[in-house]
Parts: sequence; C-alpha cells; structure tokens
Amino acid sequence: MVASAVAALTAPLAQVQLRDRSGGDAGCVADDGLCPGWIADNFDRYVDPLVQHVYLVLASVAIGFAISFALALVAHRHRWMIAPIVQVTGILYTLPSIAVFFLLLPLTGRGSLTAIVALVAYSLLIIFRNITTGLDNVPEEARDAGRGMGLTDRQLLWRVELPLALPEIMAGLRIATTTTVGLATLAFFAGAGGLGGQIFADINFKSNVVVAGGLAVLLAAVLDAAILLAQRAITPWTRARAA
Amino acid sequence: MDAATLVLDEATKVYPGQDEPAVDRLSLEVGAGEICVLVGPSGCGKTTAMRMVNRMIDITSGDILIDGASVRDRDPAELRRQIGYAIQQIGLFPHLTIAENVATVPKLLRWDRDRIRARVDELLALVQLDPDETRDRYPAQLSGGQRQRVGVARALAVDPPLMLMDEPFGAIDPINREKLQNEFLRLQREIRKTIVFVTHDIDEAIKMGDRIAILRKGGRLAQYAPPAELLMEPADRFVEDFVGADRALKRLALQRVRDIDLWRAPLARAGDPVASVRAQTAACDLPYPLLVDEAGRPLGWLSEAALAGETVTADLVSDPQPIVELDDVLRDALSDLLQHESQYGPVVDARGAVAGVLSIEAIGHALRDSDAVPRAADAAVEG
Repeated sequence: MVASAVAALTAPLAQVQLRDRSGGDAGCVADDGLCPGWIADNFDRYVDPLVQHVYLVLASVAIGFAISFALALVAHRHRWMIAPIVQVTGILYTLPSIAVFFLLLPLTGRGSLTAIVALVAYSLLIIFRNITTGLDNVPEEARDAGRGMGLTDRQLLWRVELPLALPEIMAGLRIATTTTVGLATLAFFAGAGGLGGQIFADINFKSNVVVAGGLAVLLAAVLDAAILLAQRAITPWTRARAA
Repeated sequence: MDAATLVLDEATKVYPGQDEPAVDRLSLEVGAGEICVLVGPSGCGKTTAMRMVNRMIDITSGDILIDGASVRDRDPAELRRQIGYAIQQIGLFPHLTIAENVATVPKLLRWDRDRIRARVDELLALVQLDPDETRDRYPAQLSGGQRQRVGVARALAVDPPLMLMDEPFGAIDPINREKLQNEFLRLQREIRKTIVFVTHDIDEAIKMGDRIAILRKGGRLAQYAPPAELLMEPADRFVEDFVGADRALKRLALQRVRDIDLWRAPLARAGDPVASVRAQTAACDLPYPLLVDEAGRPLGWLSEAALAGETVTADLVSDPQPIVELDDVLRDALSDLLQHESQYGPVVDARGAVAGVLSIEAIGHALRDSDAVPRAADAAVEG
C-alpha cells in the first residue's frame, strides 16, 4: 500500500520532461528564458489550472471557516475548550503538507478531495484563533449593557458580539486565504492539479514558472483585496471618527 | 408606564466559595417615582445590590419585589427589558448608529418601524440632543457627554417604570457632570421614574437622592434616610465619617433661601416721609433702611444723610449687592455673601421685588433650628 502511495505521489514528477514547448520564439524557449511570445501563445493552458486553483482555495477556506466558526461558538460558551482546540488545530497546522497528502491518499484517494481536506486542516488554526480573539475583544461594557437591557445570550452573540468581532474575523479570513493560495500550489502532489502542477511541470523554464507563479501571487492579492473590500462594506463603524 | 415601587426584603448575595456575603440582608423600600441612591466605599456591595434587582446577579436568599411581584418568578431577559439600565461605561454598541442603539429594547419588543423612529427622535430631543444631527452617527463620533445622554435615552426607550443607574455620570468631567445631573433632575421631574442610582460620591448622592442608602463593607445597610436626615442625624460613626466633617455645610445645599426665616429691613422710596421710615425701623430686624424703586426692586442702602430732612433723599451709603433670590440654595447664597464681604443682602422674588433680607446670622439660625425638620419629614413618610 505504501509503495503504491509513493508511486502515486511521484507520478506527476515523471511527466516533467514531457511538456510541450511549442510556439513562441524557439531560441528563447530553448534557453529556458522569459519569452513574451511564448507566454502570449500559451497563456490559455494556464486557465484551467487557475480555475482549479481558485476552486481549491475557495472550497478549503469556506469549509475551514464553517468548521472554525462552529468550534469558536462552542468554545465561546465553554471556554475550557479553547486550549484543546488550539492545540489540536496547532498540530494540524505544523504537519508538513506533503506528509498529510501521503497519509490521506489511502483514505481519500488522488484528487481534489485529498487536497481540500489537507488545506482545510491548515486553515482551522488561523480562522479559529481570529474568531476567538474577536469575540474576546468585544468591550465588556457593551456586553454588560446588552445583557442588562434584556438581550438573551443568543441575541447578544448575533447582534453584538459577532458584529463587533467582524474586523478580526475578516482579518483571519484574509490570512487564511493568502496562505491557502500558497499551500494549494502543492495540491498537485495529491493529484488535485492547480497552478502548482503547472509550475512543477516545467520547473526549469522561466516563462512557465513566472506565469504560473505570477498567477498564484495575483490570485492571492485579488482575493485579499476582495475580502478587505467586503470587510469595509460590512463594518462601516470602524471608519467613523469624531467629526 | 407609571413608576413602580421597589422592595428589597433581606436581599442577600453570597458568592460561591466566599464566606462573607457581598450583600447582607439588605432591606429597602423605594416609593414610586423616588430616586434611591446606593452609596458607600468601594467593595460595599452597592453595585451588586443594584444588579440583583434586574437579576444580572441572582440573590442567594431574601426577595426583591417590583410592584409587589418577586423578580425570582420572572424570566431574566424579559424582566430586564422592562427595567431601564444605564452604566458608567455607558456600553453603547460601537457598531450601531445612535438611533439603532436607542432602539435596542423597542426592537427586542418588536415595535413597528414607524413607532421606533418616532420614539428615537422623541428620546433624543428629551436628552437635549438634536435628532437630525445625531441619529445616524456612530458612538465614536460623539463626545463623552453626548454618549452619556444617549445612554440615558436608551435606558428610557420603552418608558420603563423602574431604572437602574450605576454611576451614570462617573466618567464625565466635573463641569459637565454637574450639568448632566441638573438636566437629569429636571428630566426626572417630568418622567417621575423610580430610580436606583449607584454612586461612590456622597455629594452626588445628596444632590440626586430622595432617599440615600449608605452601605458599609460586607453589603450591610448603615442608614437609609432622606439626605437632610442623613446629614443631621447620622446613625453612627461610620455614616458620620462617610458623610464628612463638612456635613453642616452640605446641609446648606439642601435648603433654599425661601425655606428659612428671613430678616426684615425698613424699605423706603425716595420722597417717603422720614418719620414713617423711622417708625418702620423700630419694628425690623435690621436698623438700616433699604432704598427701593417703584416696583420694589432694591437700589441700595440709605445713608444717615438721606434721612436728615423731612422726606427721604436717594443718598446711598452702599449698593445693594449681593442680591440673592428666593430660589437660590443656601450654599450659593452664603457664598455670595462671603464673596461680597457682606453680613447681609436683600432677597428678591421672581419679579425682582424685595422679599426680605438674608444675613449670615439667619443662615446660622436655620442650621441650628433645622434639626426639627427631618423628624417632621420622617413622620410624614412613615405615617
């Protein structure tokens, strides 16, 4: 079983030399250079991996957020659970991703599922910690006033505590998303494709690495900006200052 | 909603794991529309006692009755929606606009939108804020004093029959605090709520309270009495020390000029026959005639030369300063006299006409005689 798993992991590396380098300026391409002509001719081959990459990131962060959010709400009521949750998610966070793919393969097989499970595991600590910090930073007097006016615990949570924790929660999402964009470049080891597959497919060819890597960086920046804009839209009070 | 009565009946709070109670068999009765001030040194349990009323803290034994009904039988959240709640840190929700903050409890009670909007504007105006200017702002955009007003407006939102206020003006600078206190007392004359007011400041307690409960460490009641009685007949050494060595002076803040026996001085208009002025003088406390105008307003003290002829001439020895008003509190009136280095000054009524003369001696008399006042007040309350 282990042997087949190792074979499965190393399979994509075997394809490295088989990549098509047709198109563009042949001399530049032969030198592994940065060839604008080749990039223009071959850009469409990056579209599918990019889409797959976006899918991996969004699915992972969404699932990671859902799990972390549920954990944070439970831990908000039962505070003793915070330490064990941080410890467990902390261990998940420190596991080498290649090892995780390797361990998961017998369970989930090659493909997006394995990659997403691993990426979710990485996002949990960051998102959980930020939600918990956000809830902890809610001013005690706002909580006291809310309770004193007759808000139930549930009303207090949804109407006061969570809205006030939004800046921290969104900050956690931003970190988790950018990190996941980077980590997802390793997803092709689990057979899940993505931009990482493109990079490793011809790692000596500058044009290839720059385009695939550049797209990953660009993706991280775009997602980060999108979350930041969303945060500004839903937390107008954070920009309200004494007139 | 009308004001509620509040009764604490041996209300006790013992925190788990502690031997000493935080509040020890506290019994108080607060009449409808009264301000009951809980005051005492830190750690005396005054805030705990207040928070037991709306079950922010549950009592260990004893009972608390609002309009005769025990708070123990009420659902805490539902109970709290009917009790106004204002705290020192105010606790406005930073993520909600002023209008949304004020509308917190009406929304919980599912008032309709139009009713909420109208009520918010009414409340903001009530606490002297311009609704158009403040409604859509966030708490961070308001000054401390404005935020405090919003806190009071929010506590009043559903016109609760009972309000709890924990050092509501504690975080405000002294000048604005005095202003807010006066405003609140004016407001209270209008709304007539039953209020439990917590403070550590005895001066604020004397100013705000219809009755003051002084608590000592361990949450035990040292004395529960109207301010005048507290100042004149402190129950024990602890109350005496807490009220302060200057309690005689503090009493001056409780009485107004109209409350004491004023002196009489001969009044004269220019052209009056001197003989009648001299006749008046014999019957007055003060031998110096005061010149007044046609409307009876004081012009100044007459000199001997003014009475030398057949009729009074406008020959003054000094101007009439300081002029005090019947509605001034004695403390301010005394301060005026001292500032003018004067033994006495004319007292005028609302129209400016002389109603008598206030002297330092008369104030001294009032302080000595007023021992009788609280007993009379007491009998009225208990009888």
